[in-house]
Amino acid sequence: MNKLIALNNVNQKFIHQVESISKQKVSNCYQCGKCTASCPADFLMDISPNQIMHLIQIGQKDEILNSDSIWVCLSCITCTARCPREIDITSVFNALRIISRKEKRPVSIRNVKLFFDIVLSSIKNQGRLNEVPLLLKYNLWSGMLLNDADLAPSLLGRGKLHFIRRHKVKEIKEIRQIFSRSRISDS
Amino acid sequence: MRIGFFICHCGSNIAGTVDVVQVAEYVSKLPNVVHSVHLMYTCSQPGQKEIVDAIKEKRLTRIVIAACSPKMHEVTFRRAIERTGLNPYLFEMANIREHCSWIHDDRELATQKAIELVEMTIAKVARHESLFSNKVDVNKKVLIIGGGIAGIQAALDMADGGFEVVLVEREPTIGGKMAQLDNTFPTIDCSSCILTPKMVDAGQHEKIKLITYAEIESVSGYVGNFEVKVHKKPPYVNYEKCIGCGICERKCPAKAPNRFNLGIGEGKAIYIPFPQAVPKVATITKEHCIYFKSLAEGKLNRCKICQKVCHVSAVDFEIKDEYINEKVGAIITAVGFDLFNHSVYQEYGGGRYPDVISSLQYERLLSASGPTEGKIKRPSDGKEPETVVFISCVGSRDDSVGRPYCSGICCMYMAKQAILTKDHLPESKTFIFYIDIRAGSKAYEEFVKRAQVEAGAQYIRGRVAKIYPENGGLIVRGVDTLLGQQVEVMADLVVLANGVISSRGSNELAQKLRIPYDQYGFLSEGHPKLKPVETNTAGIFLAGACQGPKDIPSSVAQGSATAGKVQGLLSKDQLETSPLVALVECSRCIGCFKCLKVCPYNAIERITLKDGSLVASVIPTVCQGCGLCVATCPSASITLKGFTDDQLIAEVEALCR
Repeated sequence: MNKLIALNNVNQKFIHQVESISKQKVSNCYQCGKCTASCPADFLMDISPNQIMHLIQIGQKDEILNSDSIWVCLSCITCTARCPREIDITSVFNALRIISRKEKRPVSIRNVKLFFDIVLSSIKNQGRLNEVPLLLKYNLWSGMLLNDADLAPSLLGRGKLHFIRRHKVKEIKEIRQIFSRSRISDS
Repeated sequence: MRIGFFICHCGSNIAGTVDVVQVAEYVSKLPNVVHSVHLMYTCSQPGQKEIVDAIKEKRLTRIVIAACSPKMHEVTFRRAIERTGLNPYLFEMANIREHCSWIHDDRELATQKAIELVEMTIAKVARHESLFSNKVDVNKKVLIIGGGIAGIQAALDMADGGFEVVLVEREPTIGGKMAQLDNTFPTIDCSSCILTPKMVDAGQHEKIKLITYAEIESVSGYVGNFEVKVHKKPPYVNYEKCIGCGICERKCPAKAPNRFNLGIGEGKAIYIPFPQAVPKVATITKEHCIYFKSLAEGKLNRCKICQKVCHVSAVDFEIKDEYINEKVGAIITAVGFDLFNHSVYQEYGGGRYPDVISSLQYERLLSASGPTEGKIKRPSDGKEPETVVFISCVGSRDDSVGRPYCSGICCMYMAKQAILTKDHLPESKTFIFYIDIRAGSKAYEEFVKRAQVEAGAQYIRGRVAKIYPENGGLIVRGVDTLLGQQVEVMADLVVLANGVISSRGSNELAQKLRIPYDQYGFLSEGHPKLKPVETNTAGIFLAGACQGPKDIPSSVAQGSATAGKVQGLLSKDQLETSPLVALVECSRCIGCFKCLKVCPYNAIERITLKDGSLVASVIPTVCQGCGLCVATCPSASITLKGFTDDQLIAEVEALCR
């Protein structure tokens, strides 16, 4: 941050890309900041949601795609629900993540990418998310072996953890087709 | 003498600080007071009924009301008293709100002060006498100063109402600033298309006498009977003969800056301001005319080409200043505004960069009748700009240049100019540096959204720090306060949103009209909310941006509002004047006429008595009762009715008792 922004270098292609993927018009944003005010993850973000919207408006692609914010976003949709200009900000953030992965940019927070990858591979292979393998894989590969282990007893008590391997969904072929059609790198 | 006393609670405004019951009790024991009560809201209908009933039942002959300022309700109570048949001047108000309850906290001391104020008033009212208004005939003609959209609207509404109108305009044509605009917000309709029909109507209306290229020389008189001297400057063209063919302008060899286009493009020494001018006549600017310049140098020059080519022999170099006297009953001031001159902003080039232009100059570039025939070409090299930067609040919201107020119109005209830029140059990119976007009227916010979303104007929140030329362009260095980062744009053209300032010469005019103006030179309305088009001088009204920054809809509304007010005034055959005026006791007057010198209303005249002595005399219909002459008179021979020495001394005695 705090470097000089050259407004002539507005990356129009990037703006169109974001708008066509998200189907949102970013010039609609009038910078009231209600998205940031609503965001439960703002305290983790290096660039607040309204600033992300503004940076798209002025076409600052690198600054956005190198930020933590697009990966910290929880997709909780609170911003979208509260936007007075009816912009689906969550879709805009999705679009930013899609562009980032398409360009094979490094994800600034390693464990976020790890988590996404495990979730997606689970869905690709089984057609559904299996919690126990997710937890095991994530804790193992992230090196945080006892991460959230204290939650295990209460999750068990409520029957949220299933150790018996679940069946794949019946239409696993169709699921795989979705993956191949999306052409998103699944590395 | 039977004095009635009424004290007002004014809800908790007075009763919250002053013990009104105690005051009423105290007053009831004073001599001559036969009735003393406290009322919740004296000005309300039930409150007024109590007064009226008490006057009738208790046969009251003097009334004192302790309440708010007499500015607020003196007239209300006088009317109520008049309804009972009692003379309305046998009444006096004690101001225990603005002068007491609102400015004190200590209940005991405030109550004591209220008692003292009331005692003074009671002592004064005992010395009041019945006073009667004078009646004066009303001249049913109105003078309108300024032929912009506000003045034109007022003139048309007055004339349509059947009243004679004299419309005086400083420039050779009416139309004002609106005539210079290309399109108008928030509808993007062509400014001249909606203005010129009104201009033509004003020019042709049988009830409107148009005097252009003229200014107000002097004003005397009073409401209903003003006398105005209009100075008609010599245009060196006989406006009666000129048919506006424009051949003189085409043939004139003397180049001059084009005033209507604000210096963009060239003009001639003899010119017709614009094709739709009303009246469409030519005018010579003396300082650029070859004939006049050679005359000043003592040489004989035979240029006079305009005179030779004129088919109707309208050009006349011998025309002299002309003075026209008009008698009118009311005056509407609609002298408009000027744009802030941005040359004080050295960081924006101080006016030295040709491609840093004012918003009104940009209007002329956009206009199809402008110097570039509606093509946006930047002044330096005629290149079409690809990147246009707009900067808001140039001479607005800036204490450092003495303009702390918001000009109100710039946010909207910037949005409009951004939309028009996109219309003219679809490939262009516009940036608007703003501090806040103020779009607070009907359809305005939607219009700004249109600029942002449809025209793609990129709004950047922050002031621009500096502009400097580089590689044939202009580097604009600013900040994006939403990101907290400095930003920079390479611009081809920079358009400044110049703020609104009072019209040049409007303060001198205000002095002639004896109306007040504020620290920025805008003319002051009678009350910021309740008298928006009146002034403190009876019979003089304000319309449009001379009172403060205003957009076209508001100016038109004020033009019509003043017409409504003036029609109300001029629909009367006679006006009642206040009897609270000065009176000269001619037997004591020593004829020094110091009063005549100090009177701001020219209300004092010299009269010769039967014994041949020359003394002062007050014209009661002109006198406004200010009291300056009373204080000035060395022989104490002038009294102000309603404020006589006797009455004032009684007040002081009551206070010192």
